[in-house]
Amino acid sequence: MKRRSLAAIAPYLWLLAFFLFPFLLVAKLSLSDQALAMPPYAPRLDLAAGVAGIASFLKALDLETYLRLASDRLYLVSYLSSLKFAAVGTVILLLIGYPMAYGMSRFPPAGRQALLMAVILPFWTSFLIRIYAWVAILKPQGLLNAALQGLGLPALSILNTETAVYLGLVYAYLPFMVLPLYAVLERQDPSLMEAAADLGASPLQAFWRVTFPISMPGVAAGALLCFIPMVGEFVIPDLLGGPGTLTLGRTLWTEFFANRDWPAASAVAIVMLVTLVAPLVFLQRRASTLAAAS
Amino acid sequence: MTSRQSLGAVRSSFAPWADPTATPLVRFEAVTKRFGAETAVKSVSLDIYEREFFALLGPSGCGKTTLMRMLAGFETPDEGRVTLEGQDLAGLPPHQRPLHMMFQSYALFPHLSVERNIAFGLQRQGLAKAEISDRVAEMLALVRLEGLARRKPDQLSGGQRQRVALARALAPRPKVLLLDEPLGALDRKLREETQFELMALQQRLGMTFLVVTHDQEEAMVMADRIAVMRAGEIVQTGPPPEVYEAPNCRYVADFIGEVNLFEGQVETADGRLVRLSSPVCPQGLEAAEDDPLPKSAAAWFAVRPEKMVLHPTPPPPGPNLMQGKVADIGYLGDWTTYVVEVAGGQTVRAARANAARVVENPVDWGDTVWLTFARDAAVVLSR
Repeated sequence: MKRRSLAAIAPYLWLLAFFLFPFLLVAKLSLSDQALAMPPYAPRLDLAAGVAGIASFLKALDLETYLRLASDRLYLVSYLSSLKFAAVGTVILLLIGYPMAYGMSRFPPAGRQALLMAVILPFWTSFLIRIYAWVAILKPQGLLNAALQGLGLPALSILNTETAVYLGLVYAYLPFMVLPLYAVLERQDPSLMEAAADLGASPLQAFWRVTFPISMPGVAAGALLCFIPMVGEFVIPDLLGGPGTLTLGRTLWTEFFANRDWPAASAVAIVMLVTLVAPLVFLQRRASTLAAAS
Repeated sequence: MTSRQSLGAVRSSFAPWADPTATPLVRFEAVTKRFGAETAVKSVSLDIYEREFFALLGPSGCGKTTLMRMLAGFETPDEGRVTLEGQDLAGLPPHQRPLHMMFQSYALFPHLSVERNIAFGLQRQGLAKAEISDRVAEMLALVRLEGLARRKPDQLSGGQRQRVALARALAPRPKVLLLDEPLGALDRKLREETQFELMALQQRLGMTFLVVTHDQEEAMVMADRIAVMRAGEIVQTGPPPEVYEAPNCRYVADFIGEVNLFEGQVETADGRLVRLSSPVCPQGLEAAEDDPLPKSAAAWFAVRPEKMVLHPTPPPPGPNLMQGKVADIGYLGDWTTYVVEVAGGQTVRAARANAARVVENPVDWGDTVWLTFARDAAVVLSR
């Protein structure tokens, strides 16, 4: 009995240590005062002073940093730009990932394993190296332009544009879209399609009226898995988007490492978390009602 | 047999298959289907008539489902053709065939409510909204699910799901309703009830039903005719009493119900009576049989357990008499089955109806008993 309750507590301990505690640290930082150079940032919690120490500590926390975020357009612009990259990226990923997952799920079982392997294969190489490889492909004297030149076509300048960011996002996140979609599509009872055909639905009607609605939990899961990390994505916009591309990840990085403004960086992180929790809760709820329905 | 006699205890006046002028609704003409090296269906020819309740019966893997799926359009025959009302169905995709199927798994759409599941086929036919809702209401009443129209399939019991699947397939009024193991997922009591419901429904709607089943009792109870299949071929086709009382081979005799098979060599066969010599019966076996059989050929007598008579005391000697020891007794309430070990180690089953509550001189395990059967109780089989 004791052992079992310990096992039940373990995930909460994990969350406490690796989510709640760091979150509180970041939250505290975001409420602290900006100071030049180094941490620690005031106020400091003085436990030796007892209750009075805690009271004065709490009193010294304020929302000054958040006000600064709200007043500076830079932050708003990077938020919106990140949300746009993530949203458009998610739509493109769905448009590419759904047909891929559908095709895979309709493949003979022996071939499915190989296709699944091919989807997972890129994970065997470092993410950073793969993005650097895109730089090599897209740069002005890169592989792409060499190939275009060889064919007698005009060169393209894609690197350091939004297009390059989308290319990188779609490339990097495609497996996260394909895998959950494949999981729901592969599980779908093939007799449902036969039943739809039997009742007079053409293959296209059968897809839109049966296959697609039933795969909604997979669509939600894939969109969630891609959208959330894409909002905070740093490496792809930094390497492929060039200095002109403003995103949350880059702003955060600049605040933290270039400006050494930890309170501002923490506040950006907290706002990002809050804006992401809202769609997460919404989709989670929708997914659970869908799961209850199917 | 005289005209006042018939096989089994049933007399039916519905027999379009016996009428040479009747045209069948569905025709399988020498249909063959192969999957790779495997031949699932071997040159099967079969006629199904309008308003008939037809059962394809056989063990799993015998090709019965493949045969049905070729009619529905999910499989294409490699040879032969399938016709509906005289029209060749070749090249017609499933969604254009006026046949509907109730799937073994029911295949209800999990994201749609009961009423929208039932409406699915009607919407595909492009009916007006008012007509669809009328027809859905009618179907819900027919399968007695009126209160559950807005439920999702996972909020229904197995029996309710079965009825939704039935209503969904019936709603667009198919020319033939195909039922793939319709009662397989139901428990025994519900299965028996549903058997009679399906029969009543078929009668009331005047529709043609084709059912695939491995359950011989299901086929016997419901069907006007049964086709018994084995390894891709139809072994025997006929009304249930005929298939049960006059099987044409050992396979059918054994597959449909319980049977005792006595093997022997033909001593005489004069066109009225067949006599076999057999190790289980010192005085030989005799059965009424018009067909002449070659002398000393191997033949079998098939006798159903309920047609075996069990004697606790020795009856007068004669043919069809064997002596043995009771090896097992199965008490089923309505029936008791006695397993008797006779000469040569063969076990013979004899079933007795428990017509009385109190029995004098009950038979016990290990008792010596005698078994007999009447001459017309045995079917003579040569294969």
